[in-house]
Amino acid sequence: MSSYVAPLKDMMFVLTELAGLDKVAALPGYEEATTDVVEAILDESARFTGGVLAPLNWSGDQEGARWADMAVTMPSGFKEAYARFVDNGWNALGGNPEHGGQGLPKVVSAAVQEMWKSANMSFSLCPLLTLGAIEALELAGTEAQKAMYLPNMVSGKWTGTMNITEPQAGSDLAAIRSRAVPQGDGTYRIFGQKIFITYGDHDMAENTIHLVLARTPDAPEGVKGISLFVVPKFLVNADGTLGPRNDVHCVSIEHKLGIHASPTCVMVHGDNGGSIGTLVGKENEGLKYMFVMMNAARFAVGLEGLAISERAYQHAVTYARDRVQGRAIEGSPAPVAIIRHPDIRRMLMLMRSHTEAMRALAYAVAAAHDAAARHPDAAQRAQNQAFVDLMIPVVKGWSTETGNAMSYLGVQVHGGMGFVEETGAAQFMRDARITTIYEGTTGIQANDLMGRKIAREGGATVKSVIAMMRETQGQAAAQPGPAFAAIAAALDGGIDAVSQATDHIVAHYGKDVRSVAAGAVPFLQLMGNVAGGWMMARAALVAQGRIDAGDADPFYPAKITTARFFADHVMAMAPGLAREVIQGGASTLELDEALF
Amino acid sequence: MKILVPVKRVIDYNVKVRVKADGTGVDLANVKMSMNPFDEIAVEEAMRLKEGGKATEVVAVSCGVTACQETLRTAMAIGADRAILVETDVELQPLAVAKLLAAVAKKEGPQLIILGKQAIDDDSNQTGQMLAALLGWSQATFASKVVIGDGKATVTREIDGGLETLDISLPAIVTTDLRLNEPRYATLPNIMKAKKKPLDVVKPADLGVDVAPRLSTVSVAEPPKRSAGVKVADVAQLVDKLKNEAKVIA
Ligand SMILES: Cc1cc2nc3c(=O)[nH]c(=O)nc-3n(C[C@H](O)[C@H](O)[C@H](O)COP(=O)(O)OP(=O)(O)OC[C@H]3O[C@@H](n4cnc5c(N)ncnc54)[C@H](O)[C@@H]3O)c2cc1C
Ligand SMILES: Cc1cc2nc3c(=O)[nH]c(=O)nc-3n(C[C@H](O)[C@H](O)[C@H](O)COP(=O)(O)OP(=O)(O)OC[C@H]3O[C@@H](n4cnc5c(N)ncnc54)[C@H](O)[C@@H]3O)c2cc1C
Repeated sequence: MSSYVAPLKDMMFVLTELAGLDKVAALPGYEEATTDVVEAILDESARFTGGVLAPLNWSGDQEGARWADMAVTMPSGFKEAYARFVDNGWNALGGNPEHGGQGLPKVVSAAVQEMWKSANMSFSLCPLLTLGAIEALELAGTEAQKAMYLPNMVSGKWTGTMNITEPQAGSDLAAIRSRAVPQGDGTYRIFGQKIFITYGDHDMAENTIHLVLARTPDAPEGVKGISLFVVPKFLVNADGTLGPRNDVHCVSIEHKLGIHASPTCVMVHGDNGGSIGTLVGKENEGLKYMFVMMNAARFAVGLEGLAISERAYQHAVTYARDRVQGRAIEGSPAPVAIIRHPDIRRMLMLMRSHTEAMRALAYAVAAAHDAAARHPDAAQRAQNQAFVDLMIPVVKGWSTETGNAMSYLGVQVHGGMGFVEETGAAQFMRDARITTIYEGTTGIQANDLMGRKIAREGGATVKSVIAMMRETQGQAAAQPGPAFAAIAAALDGGIDAVSQATDHIVAHYGKDVRSVAAGAVPFLQLMGNVAGGWMMARAALVAQGRIDAGDADPFYPAKITTARFFADHVMAMAPGLAREVIQGGASTLELDEALF
Repeated sequence: MKILVPVKRVIDYNVKVRVKADGTGVDLANVKMSMNPFDEIAVEEAMRLKEGGKATEVVAVSCGVTACQETLRTAMAIGADRAILVETDVELQPLAVAKLLAAVAKKEGPQLIILGKQAIDDDSNQTGQMLAALLGWSQATFASKVVIGDGKATVTREIDGGLETLDISLPAIVTTDLRLNEPRYATLPNIMKAKKKPLDVVKPADLGVDVAPRLSTVSVAEPPKRSAGVKVADVAQLVDKLKNEAKVIA
């Protein structure tokens, strides 16, 4: 199967030139994240992911996780790879140093995690869920809970899960029914069925720590009555050794379209008297903690969209160089490699430019997250947090929808061989498909963007982002040459489109929410296209600066061309998307439900 | 005992090598550089000897431009205790490197120097042998197994048609072959620690070595492109072509 070569050059470019790694390294606690150290980390991560994780991607897909006798067996090689992953310290990259982590900033872990996900998305979901569970315990756990669980979870010796979804409670968590009954000794017994639980059971680690949403006996109805519990697979004794098996079991796993190596488990709590857990944080505040953690989880899933695009792109380029078919349209003495055909070029450029745009946006959001967490100035923290909150649904929703579109193109470049499994192009498309669904579907992200992040605050944050975009637009417009003319014109049109659509949302959300909500996903797409185009324009400006300073690296002219392509082909759609948002609601909703 | 491990910064093995348009050499501008893979095997072997209690200190040495510091950091991330850079912008040829290493060895007094058998850029396969001659030490090249005994090393060598086992007395030079070991991946904590390990920089003049090139490169060219194959009608024609055109059978 194909190999994965981490795009180190673009990663370092984005980190240093667009995300402001130097500014992140100046924040208290992040002093170690200097450019040379980060480069050394990415270098070794590239070797590890390319050498250890990527070779298991295809075999893991073909073999799949298997279930028998209430337990999951991972595909061949996963257990050993996970052991190396843990031994080499990768799980602890962003972890709190108090619990054995390296304490590196999010912008660095974003780049490293992109590699995990590109190399082997199914594998990467295990640490993703562990990191989510760690975040929950860091946020709301007691000192005793932290001491009991965090050191082994930060190292990766124990893995974590999120037991949220139930058959009747998917997008709507208010419908959760699992029960938690207090035992009077500080513990609770939990009863209920959870579905779709990623890595709910597996054989790669000695213990699995479940974070479970459930209701206590006199909890109020709806979202205000949900509490968070920590429930280990094996109870942990006071001395840290493992005790008896807890009453939580994987009773089956799903048969899925993609991510075959990632076990998606039905978990039953309480068939034999209740699984034993302890409360995390305050009773009835579970959803509040969930929302804080959700930012991290949604960001991480957004990275999956980026990562799968990168891998699909690499795969497609290799094939397009190799496959000889047809003569060049202008005539050629012999058949040519398909990379010569203009339409293949268009597809490869779409893949390349979207991937670079997603990377730039995601890393910039990660850097803002670091500033929001650590900046000494409170106003700076608040401003960065507002930017992060606005952009999380964009990174999640837009990058995952884009990841699907790009892996679809990857199949198309392969022609008939793309539809056949052996080339591996189809796996990327299948694996990408889940990313727009879990951690909140695209529809849910778009509602969040439009409602909570824009309408609720009258568009204040998005307007400040629009102002930043206009500044970049002005810089692009001041550059000579056709590339910057195209970039500046498309960005100008894109910013106007976002601005008009935002005004429409703010003006009509209160009076005509159904019609506005019908345009939520087109608006999300619009925000993604324009924010991505903004990042590409910034990248082009940096590249031009380098060229002007005499740097002959072909990376820089290529970056400008790629930014121009994105302007011509992707930002060009912005005015149409704005019209969809502004005018499209009525026809979406007019038909009587009975007519469907 | 102390082990010295020379490491060379070379064009990364994943990079498709391009010859400069003027034929003066390989284009190294803006290409990824990494540690010579045979040297990774050397560092790994030194680490295993240290972890097995046979060595007390592993010192990495590199000769070349400032950026070789990155290569030395990589060696320290794998586990080397400290590093020495002999810094120069002059193009270094095997004899110059061997002289520099000999000078470093005299200062450091290692019992063992483990080098890669060759570097993947120029494939010279000379430095280890020259170094042994300059120091007057025993040498065992193309090692696929190294066992340290009392004042000696037992080294299995890969030779044409088989394996040869030599006992050599210490101090000695060993050069690594591909099958000696499988180098480890550096751990994240060790990558972070590498930054804090000592790295000394010296100049060739400090070591009293003249590194001026002794060889001059006449020209560098890409290997000829493979021409398209031809279909033969039958076995007789194939034999005829092999005999008279390709001249590979008589
Ligand atoms: C492979 C996989 C792994 C998963 N891993 C986990 C896990 O580890 N832990 C966990 O707890 N859960 C997990 N899930 C569950 C996942 O989070 C849910 O599937 C997801 O939240 C969607 O819920 P649902 O499937 O019930 O779909 P529904 O909520 O029924 O949604 C169906 C459709 O309706 C739309 N919709 C629903 N409500 C609205 C609304 N208010 N406005 C607009 N549109 C709406 C959705 O966008 C979607 O298109 C996983 C799921 C899968 C498939
Ligand atoms: C499931 C399946 C069923 C099939 N059934 C049949 C069948 O019953 N009978 C039969 O004879 N065949 C059948 N085929 C073959 C099918 O018609 C070919 O796969 C299809 O024509 C594409 O050819 P290809 O796979 O060689 O791709 P290629 O021609 O190699 O194309 C690869 C990529 O290059 C692009 N490309 C190629 N040439 C050009 C050009 N000149 N300009 C621009 N872009 C170009 C393509 O658009 C594509 O994106 C089947 C294929 C599959 C997968």
